[in-house]
Amino acid sequence: MGEIRELLRLADRFGEVNRRPIPKVPALRGKTVVNMFFEDSTRTRLSFDTAARRLSADVVTFSASTSSLNKGESLRDTVETVESLGVDALVVRHSSSGVPWQISSWVKRPSVVNAGDGCHEHPTQALLDCYTIARTSPVLADRYGPDSDDFDFQGLLVGIVGDISHSRVARSDVAAMTALGATVTLIGPPTLLPPSLAGWPVEVSNDLDSLIGDLDVCYLLRLQRERTAEALLPSLREYRAIYGLTEERADKLRSDALVMHPGPANLGVEIDADVTRRPCSVIGAQVANGVSVRMAVLYYLLGSGVDLVNS
Amino acid sequence: MLDAEGSRKADVLVSQGSVVAVGDITGLVPRGAVVLDASGCVVAPGLVDLHTHMREPGYEDAETVQSAARAAALGGFSAVVAMPNTDPPADNASIVSHVRALGERSCVDVYPAGTISVGRAGKALSPMAEMAALGVRIFTDDGAGVQDARLMRRAMEYAGALGVTLAEHCEDAALAAGGHMHEGEWSSRLGIAGQPAEAEELMVMRDLALARMTGAKLHLLHLSTAASLAMVSAARRSGLGVTAEVAPHHFTLTDAAVASYDPVFKVHPPLRSALDVAAVKAALADGTVDAIATDHAPHPRQAKEAPFDAAPPGMIGLETAVGLALSELDLPLAAVLALMSWQPAVIAGIDSAHGGPVAVGRPANLCVIDPEATWVVDPDRSASLSRNNPYKGRELTGMVRHTVTRGEPVVIGGEAQR
Repeated sequence: MGEIRELLRLADRFGEVNRRPIPKVPALRGKTVVNMFFEDSTRTRLSFDTAARRLSADVVTFSASTSSLNKGESLRDTVETVESLGVDALVVRHSSSGVPWQISSWVKRPSVVNAGDGCHEHPTQALLDCYTIARTSPVLADRYGPDSDDFDFQGLLVGIVGDISHSRVARSDVAAMTALGATVTLIGPPTLLPPSLAGWPVEVSNDLDSLIGDLDVCYLLRLQRERTAEALLPSLREYRAIYGLTEERADKLRSDALVMHPGPANLGVEIDADVTRRPCSVIGAQVANGVSVRMAVLYYLLGSGVDLVNS
Repeated sequence: MLDAEGSRKADVLVSQGSVVAVGDITGLVPRGAVVLDASGCVVAPGLVDLHTHMREPGYEDAETVQSAARAAALGGFSAVVAMPNTDPPADNASIVSHVRALGERSCVDVYPAGTISVGRAGKALSPMAEMAALGVRIFTDDGAGVQDARLMRRAMEYAGALGVTLAEHCEDAALAAGGHMHEGEWSSRLGIAGQPAEAEELMVMRDLALARMTGAKLHLLHLSTAASLAMVSAARRSGLGVTAEVAPHHFTLTDAAVASYDPVFKVHPPLRSALDVAAVKAALADGTVDAIATDHAPHPRQAKEAPFDAAPPGMIGLETAVGLALSELDLPLAAVLALMSWQPAVIAGIDSAHGGPVAVGRPANLCVIDPEATWVVDPDRSASLSRNNPYKGRELTGMVRHTVTRGEPVVIGGEAQR
């Protein structure tokens, strides 16, 4: 929890940097950050790329689709090849859970940043989600003031809706938000909830309509179309009818509730296009905050010791 | 000395492949004889592994018949049943003969198993009679279960006339749905797709019913869940002659081990919950389980240095089985030897040569075990060509000192002789 708050406070400082005419600090000058994205991504990759450049790091992007992985080179050999170029951080996104842990057991020097591993975790997403809630929630602004750096979520009711079982965003959000004191309810059909929730500090519900008027944050997850083929859902139509944040359902949210989504959204499935344009939707702020949060993470790992104020 | 007939203090004299004297052999030992010092040790019939993947033909980068045999001998085994999921698979007389011939040049007795279906595809019966004529006594599509109940029924009926045993890898593919670990608390936490215990249990249930229907000799491979073992126990009580084996990893490791995301812990059936491990241990103690079988499954280094969900399942285990059984099970040595020597020998149909009492006239297939010696598992010091050993750094009690196969000392002082 202490570490999360420290990173969020750093995100505040980098948010300020990003508002300067020249949004750049020399904190990571001379450091090399390699983006190892083994899985497609727009937001996260561009966000990490931008974050590293604004810290003056040298950025190298490794693209799996054009690498020797296609020639059968193993994951470990690929990673060790990159390490031998002399790099300071590996930002890893992979479609398989656990890859960043495996990589960190193989490499000796570079820091490893998890940019999303399979269904397991997406920590920087959770951090930017928490940061966005802290800086946009009218409920928290009322309680603590809009610029409070307590990042205290006690009493905050968050509902995470959708395909929880396959969601690294959900797992990381549960960890981060509950660490800051929020009450988190996971909402979805039984087939999309994890087989076991033993030890998860959450409530569970299959009924969004009964909860929607109480939520301070309504967080929608992307529903992948393949789930119907896996016998998890009868159809996207039925999912939308029961769990989609349609305009009608969004009307039942309190006026001070937030609507959030990690993107990219399946418009017309888990959320309607018009809802994303309502004032309660902070989806755009989430993306913008992603850069500050990722600068905070990279700085925390590689640049601590460098004076931020005078740089 | 310890065998199915009891324990006694005795020396053994071996000549030309057979035991020629037991007891006091002073005066009988010819000059130049190799003397194996068994002081502080137990001399027992050589161990029999019902379940070894020797990977030859087709996967020689992982293991060969020679290297697997060497590992087996170091583990105290004088006989292994070679699993048929080679490439090409052992679904005909040619491949069986080929593996047999390779085994004859190796340091343990190799008994090839044949497949139940052609190509292990689960569609058509393999020529079991032609393989049985070459001495094959166990047929299995191991690596996968036979998914089609109709095919399994016909295989059981057909096998009945041949007097052979069908062994099943119980895993319902549809329910397992590509799960990479046990479905439960840990899979949910780690974000890895799991396969539920029911994927094994459904096929156990089905095959027990089919065995009752057809009268076939059924052997259940690597059982791993409490409910599977309960079903075997109930079937036995109702008079059904089914046999069952468990692997050492299913009584020593749980699904919590996967938290490291190290694919060395990936195996089918997967490492299960603590409750299942306790049930496996209880079933070993109460006679529900007939044999400990290693399911020795070598994989080359780079295959196991892949993401967890991409890595192939399997662990090696020939060299650690005795140590794990003696360290982790609260059973007397005689019970462990029953599970690893004479009981599996009967199931494999090789009890005329293996597992039998150490007696004059019997083939000399023996192991000498020091039940008190402690050692630390070092995967790099293995005779296997592969290193996918989940027990690195673990201290075990119980070590094989010598192994004799067909009268030849193939392991002396813990060193393979060839």
